[in-house]
Formats: sequence, C-alpha cells, structure tokens
Amino acid sequence: MSLEIIGISVLWTFLFGYVILGSIDFGAGFFNAYSIITGKQHVVSKVIQRYLSPVWEVTNVFFVFFFVGIVGFFPKTAFYYGTVLLVPASIALILMIIRGSYYAFELYGSKGYKGHKGYAFMYGIAGVLVPAALSIVLTISEGGFISIIDGNPVLDYGALFTSPLTWSVVVLSIVAVLFISAVFLTWYSNKAEDTGATNLMRKYAMFWAFPLIIAAVGIIYELSSHNPEHFDRILNLWWMFGLSFLLWIGTVWLTWKRKKYGLAVGLLVGQFALAFYAYGISLYPYLLYPYLTIYEGFTNDAMAISLIVVFILGLILLVPSIFLLLKLFLFDKDYVKGNKKKE
Amino acid sequence: MLFDDPVFGSRVLTLLTLSFHIIYATIGVGVPLMIMIAHWVGIKKKDEHYLLMAKRWARGFAVTVAVGVVTGTAIGLQLSLLWPNFMELAGNIIALPLFLEVFAFFFEAIFLGIYAYTGDRFEDKRKHFLLLIPVVLGAAASGLFITVLNAFMNSPQGFDIVNGQLTNVNPIAAMFTPAMPTKVSHVLATSFMTAAFMLASIAAYKILKGSNHIYHKKSLYMTMKIGLVFSIAAALIGDFSGKYLAEYQPEKLAAAEWHFETEEGAPLLMYGILDDEGEVKYELKIPYGLSILANGNPNSVVIGLDQFPEEETPPLIIHYFFDLMVTIGGFMVVLSLVYWIGMKRAWSFVKSNWYRWLIVLGGPLSFLAIEAGWWMAEVGRQPWILRGIMTIEEAATSSDYVGLMVILFATLYLFLGIGTIVVLRRMFKNNPVELELEQQEAAQGGETT
Repeated sequence: MSLEIIGISVLWTFLFGYVILGSIDFGAGFFNAYSIITGKQHVVSKVIQRYLSPVWEVTNVFFVFFFVGIVGFFPKTAFYYGTVLLVPASIALILMIIRGSYYAFELYGSKGYKGHKGYAFMYGIAGVLVPAALSIVLTISEGGFISIIDGNPVLDYGALFTSPLTWSVVVLSIVAVLFISAVFLTWYSNKAEDTGATNLMRKYAMFWAFPLIIAAVGIIYELSSHNPEHFDRILNLWWMFGLSFLLWIGTVWLTWKRKKYGLAVGLLVGQFALAFYAYGISLYPYLLYPYLTIYEGFTNDAMAISLIVVFILGLILLVPSIFLLLKLFLFDKDYVKGNKKKE
Repeated sequence: MLFDDPVFGSRVLTLLTLSFHIIYATIGVGVPLMIMIAHWVGIKKKDEHYLLMAKRWARGFAVTVAVGVVTGTAIGLQLSLLWPNFMELAGNIIALPLFLEVFAFFFEAIFLGIYAYTGDRFEDKRKHFLLLIPVVLGAAASGLFITVLNAFMNSPQGFDIVNGQLTNVNPIAAMFTPAMPTKVSHVLATSFMTAAFMLASIAAYKILKGSNHIYHKKSLYMTMKIGLVFSIAAALIGDFSGKYLAEYQPEKLAAAEWHFETEEGAPLLMYGILDDEGEVKYELKIPYGLSILANGNPNSVVIGLDQFPEEETPPLIIHYFFDLMVTIGGFMVVLSLVYWIGMKRAWSFVKSNWYRWLIVLGGPLSFLAIEAGWWMAEVGRQPWILRGIMTIEEAATSSDYVGLMVILFATLYLFLGIGTIVVLRRMFKNNPVELELEQQEAAQGGETT
C-alpha cells in the first residue's frame, strides 16, 4: 500500500469516528432541546447529559485530528480548502463554540442550577447546523463550484446554494445525525433501565429511518448529473452500498421489534462504515475534483513516515485510555443508571 | 467593508483569537500542576483542606478547559483558513508537532474527564491522585508541542529550498530549532507562574472580603510559594531568551530594545517614548545592560537596527510590550519573595490589607504579562510569518470575507469571556468553602456513627 493510501485511510477513519461520535452528540443536543419545548425534558435530559458531559471533548478531538492531519498528509489542501472554506468553516466553528460554551457554562456550571431554556434551544439547533455546515465541504469536493482566478481558488456561492446536490447533502447529514443519535440513545436509555426515555428515543429512531434512505438515494441521483464520473465509480461499488442497506434493515427491524438494542447500534455503525468508506473509495483519487488528487497533494516521504509512526505510537497510548473512558461512562451500569453521582 | 485588505483582516483576527485563547491555554497548562500539588499535599499532610482545594480548582478548571477546547479548535482551523499559503508550506515541514499536540491534548482530555467525574468512586485518594499524572503530562506536552511550532516560525530549519522547491525535509530537525529550548521552557514556566498567582489572587481576595477561614490562608501561602519558584525560573529563562535572540533574531532584540546603532557595551533602555523625530525620551538607561542580556559580557557587540533593511525591521512598538512583560515579571518575583520571607519572619505588613490587594492585582497582571510577551514575540517577527522564508503578505488568504469574520468572532469571544466570569462566580458563590467543609464533615460524621 502506498503512503498516500495509508495517509488518506488514517484521515478517513478519524473522520468516520467523528461522524459517529459527533452525530450522537449533535443529535442528543437536538432531542434535548426538542424535549424541553414539548415538555418531556424529564424523560431524556438526564440520560443525555450523563453520557455527553465527560465525552464531548474527546469527540471534538476527532475533528481536530482530521483537519490537523489532512494539512500534515496533504498540505495542498490548506491552500485550496483553506482559502474557499473561510465562510462555511467559520460558521461551523461559531456553531461549535456555541455548543462548547453550553457544556462549559450550563452543564459544568453550579449544582442545582436548572439551566436556561433558550440556551438549551440554541445548543440543540447549533448541533444540527454543524453537520449541515461541514457537509458543504463534501459537496465542494465534487467539483463545479470552485474556479481558479489569478492563481487563487474562488468559491461560487451562487452556484453552490442553488445546486440541488448541496441541499440533498445537507438534508442527508441532518437526517443521519438524528437517526444515529436516536438509535444510540435508545440503547443507552434501555441500559439505564429508563423505559420512558427508551420508548421516546425508539420512536425518534423509527421516524428518521426512512427519510435517511430517501436522502441517500437522492444524493446518488443528483450525482449522476453533477459528476457522472463519480457516479460511475459509485455504481462500481454497488455491493458495498447494498450491504450497508441490508444492515440498515437489520437495525430498523431490531429497533421495531424492541430486541437487542446493542446489536442494533453495532449494525448501525456497520451500515455507516460501509457507506462512508464506499463513498470515500469512490472519491479516489480526488481530494478536490478536478484540481487536486491525493498524489499531487501529498507531503514528502519523511513527513508522511513520521506522521504514521506517531500515529501508531499515539494509538498505543490512546486506545487503552479510550477503553477506560468507555468502561467508566458507557459500560458501567451503575453510572449509566445514575446511581453513581457525578462529582 | 471594514477590513478591505485580507492581510490586515487576517492579522486582526489571528491577534484576537490568540490573545483570547492564550488566557485559557495558560490556565490549561498551569492549573493541572496546581491541582496535583494540592492533592499531593492533602494526602501527605492528611489535610482535608488541600484535598478540597484540588477538588474545587478542578471544578473551575473544567469550565475553562471547555472554553479552551473551543477557542483552541478555532485557532487550529483559522490557521488554515487565514494563512493557507503558510499552512501549505508548514504542513510539509512542521506538521509533526501539530499532530503530537492533538494527541497530547486528547490524552489530557480523557483523563481529565475521568478525574472530574470519579471523585466519589475512589475510597483511596491516592488512586484518584494517579489520574492526575496523565492530565499534568498531557497539559504540559500540548503546551510544549504547540510552542515548538511557534519556535519553528522564528528560526526555521530542517529543510532546504532549492530553486523554489522544498527538499531534504527533516521533521525532527524542524522540531528542535534554536528557538525551541528557551521558548518552550519560558512558556511552561510562565504558565505555572501565572496559574499560581491567579489562584493566589483569588485566595487573597476571599480573605480581604472577610472570609477568615484557614483554607484560604493555606491556599494563599502555598500558591505564593509556587509562584515564587516559577517566576524566578521564568526570569532566568528570559535571560537565556535574550541570548538566543541576539544570536538568531538580532532584529527582534534590537527593535524591542530600541537599539538603533550596532555598538560595544550597549546599554539597556527601559521605558521611555519615541518622539516624532525618532529620538528616545524619558528612558531609563542601564549601562552595559543590553550587552549583558545579549551575550553575558558587558563589552560585547550588539547588532543594531542599522544592519537591517527598513522593510525587514520589526515594528518599534514591541519595546512597550517588552517593558510591560519584564516589569510585571520582576514585580511578581519581588512581591512573592517578600511575602515568603515576611511569612517566615512574621513581618506583619505582608498580612496587611494593602499587601493583599497587591496580591489580588498580581493575578490579572500576570495574565497581562503573558499577553505582552506574546505580542512582543509575534509582532516582533514581522514582516515574517516564517522568518526569512515567507512574509505575512505572502501567507494570507485572498478571501474577501475576513472582515465579517472578525466581527463575528469578536462578538463570540466577548460572550465567552463574560460567560466564563459569570459562571465561575456563580459556581463558587453558591457553594462557598465553609459550606462545603460543613457538608463534608456532616457526611463523614454520618458514616462513622
């Protein structure tokens, strides 16, 4: 395997980690806000907060890893994407700052403080807008929105915001966030033996399951006209998308039957992994169609090798640490149930 | 639009984000060590007060870390958004410490989450203490790695540029630049110093406001001692930084000291102003001072600004930043030294109200010194973003929307800053030390009977 492929695989894996962990986080914030408006706060808020408070910073690091890593492995992306993404990425940043400040000020705040409704609402809305803002990057990478003027890349906002592809991607990102989060929280609430929360989250999961597939098919359809070359590569990987679809059926069926919520989460991760990697493979070799491929944009070998070595050493340190974190906050039944008080 | 020039807009936004983030970053690097020391002293002396100190500091720390995470994410992303050409070059040479920094922070975040949420789960405080080790190491390491990047910007090495092409990249050599030892150690020492004086400032304020509890006095005495050690260390390392500058970045040293003519036995100018003719007025001259700072030898030659073309001369305003940093640093050494000796010898004035007000002032002053130090370091590198290789003009984005972003982020930082203060105040006001100690005793009393 070439260094370029290792590099992009590492980055794509970080991004996948962020998609799953981030979706749980963003969706939970949205459900939290929604339950406050509909007066069902008592049902879900506790479960949501118990999971999210200690974990969100770790989730955020996956994102930082991705954008630091991509500049390391593919420095030219800084030139192309750095220039054109100033506005969308800044908006995503601002939304993330609003979310982070909610954790800082509302959850870590003081004992017995009830929290501010408007703030929780903003936090929830910001959560679904972050993936929408970030997903713009994937749309841009399909090409057709950037032109090079005087040697500098320039983004055509008019074309971007009138393209149906843009909006299909935005819709998919939001629906995916809500679906992933609902399936996960169904399992987590069930583990906490909180029947009310389990039923509610299960309802949300069922609600978002079908829009997800419709949105995904919609994007593939849009691509057939926007970037036919990419569309053909997607068709070549039909079996990966097909397998992903089967896993989706499994998740929906288990959730519908109220069986094995844990397995449903496993299938869900499998479903998204297959679709996400299949999509990634179909993008190959482009980082930004048609200007930049992973071969043109790659760093020097010395840097690539040192990054990979550090990455492996880092994993040796981090995997046991993350395992410990999950063991304490995700798999510890007493903590999940709230029997162990937070300090 | 307010900032028509994207270069100027990018500079303003970077200045804004870094000046704001550095407050949280300094707390983020410094406070874990304070928590660890308090926790350790608590175990050693079997003193509940120190254990409670660690607990309360950690609680406040969680808030500042969360804000630091988002401002840190902001600056990380803004580097690519505002300086895409620089990051394209830097990505090729100096991506390694950036990557390492994220790992170090990751490590810290995981264990901080565990430490903060498991206080009740450990019967044995020693085991709980062990969780702090990765937090302190991760915090210091992330400060180290990110400063390595800044050191590289000041004295780039580890690569060759042949006919405009980058070759012979050595990522390790790029990390161990001449600027790195003094810069990293100065950043770490001043972070510990500032964190200690910030906590001392809070303790002194509590005592002044009438809380007579021994808890605050213990806290004040301990943090002032720690602050003393690190402020002396910071001053010594600062002296080495002067010697580094004299050898590798003489233009920065010369601009900071308003040293215009190359000469032997150069005096050190403190304070003063520049009049319209470019003459220095009202300055304090320390004979041979600059030669000593630059080379450790009063008769040595110090290169002046006359040796540099005008377009490569850093802005002379950094002299004021230098003065501010050094003056505050010196003041804090004296303040904490006198306090420490005074406590040993039972001088009554160190317990007087006016002296305690000075200690209260010391916290914000230390942060001001941190800001001034970074302004000197960053403005003093102008016009370069990568000294001798790339100017900020060449590095900046060509996007038209930087001005708008400046306004958006400025609003957000204002909100974050106010939010931090409001939340921390509410958090500790509603749950004062006295109350928490009572509750603890009540709970323990309940267990034994």
